[in-house]
Amino acid sequence: MTEARLFALQRLSAMVLGPLVLVHLGVILYATRTGLTADALLERTTSSVLWPVFYGLFVVMAAIHAPIGLRNVLREWTPLPDRLVDWAMAAFALILLVMGLRAVWAVTGGVS
Amino acid sequence: MKDMTPETDTLEVRIWRGRDEGRFETYEVPARENQTVLDVVSEVQRHHEPALAYRFACRVGVCGSCAMTVNGKPRWTCRTHVQKVVDGGALTIEPLRNMPRIKDLATDMTDFFDKWHRAGGRFEGTRTRHDPIQPVDPESRARKNANAGIECINCAVCYAACDVVAWDDDYVGPAALNRAWTLLNDEKHGDQRGTLDAATAAGGCGSCHTQGSCMKHCPVGISPTRSIAGIKRMSLMDFLNMRGK
Ligand code: SF4
Ligand code: SF4
Ligand code: FES
Repeated sequence: MTEARLFALQRLSAMVLGPLVLVHLGVILYATRTGLTADALLERTTSSVLWPVFYGLFVVMAAIHAPIGLRNVLREWTPLPDRLVDWAMAAFALILLVMGLRAVWAVTGGVS
Repeated sequence: MKDMTPETDTLEVRIWRGRDEGRFETYEVPARENQTVLDVVSEVQRHHEPALAYRFACRVGVCGSCAMTVNGKPRWTCRTHVQKVVDGGALTIEPLRNMPRIKDLATDMTDFFDKWHRAGGRFEGTRTRHDPIQPVDPESRARKNANAGIECINCAVCYAACDVVAWDDDYVGPAALNRAWTLLNDEKHGDQRGTLDAATAAGGCGSCHTQGSCMKHCPVGISPTRSIAGIKRMSLMDFLNMRGK
């Protein structure tokens, strides 16, 4: 993958993540302020396809965005060989994706 | 109050002598009312230190060969008036940073110029002298972009000012990318693809942190920062297949 492509993917994923993060923070504030219990939360997250779609997209975008940024930092600031960084970041992306989707599944999996 | 500096006043000038290993030598030079930093260096070379190495050619801000670090900042010395930069009657003059030193105030600019090529800075013509001249609309957006960066005198002041260049050898730097941006906006340039690929490759525009030192110090008022942002935008449009021809 070319640098230009990575750059484009990072910028585009950032554009998608921007509003998602705001909604995510809003949800956290709302949930903690209104004192929802874990059960009540789970009931809500499992009752609508909106949540798995929302957080599924969130996870995919984060899995694209974070490793590219971290790759830039590692390439610029550490003496690690470029290829090693590339492989490590590909693995990091995969881990984020799998763990993230697993978590989304865990809180929304009951959707009928 | 008007500055009535009498001819007898002196400047204390500290100049770097040597290569990486070296020392500052101090010289006393008469302070004159109208005097550039390059005048001072020449005065030292003529009257105190015949072996002092430094570069200049045009003395009028065209050739880009006279840049040095003056009181800590990169400047074109032939157009920098002493009065503007002198600090308590003293001047400290060093070679530009981010380039290997050769001797005294002269640096090796080979990498600086090689990087212009690495960033895709070579013009490829599409016509011969037998073809009619290609008209270019001076009012077009692309031409205005090109004009904004075209007056670069290759002085390497921006390259010396950029911290990313200082810590990342691989980064081609602001001047090379500014050049690439002018070509990307030049309708007569035949290899747009090649220039965009080169300018966005590793060590290209993605390495810039938009920190702006280059545009702050460029003596002819170019903003490489803006040019680099332009390349980034163009590369994004290119990715989305939305780039206008
Ligand atoms: S804007 Fe980019 S090129 Fe200019 S000084 Fe900052 S990092 Fe360097
Ligand atoms: S962009 Fe400005 S500072 Fe940089 S080389 Fe060109 S003229 Fe000098
Ligand atoms: S001597 Fe030519 S630009 Fe200063």
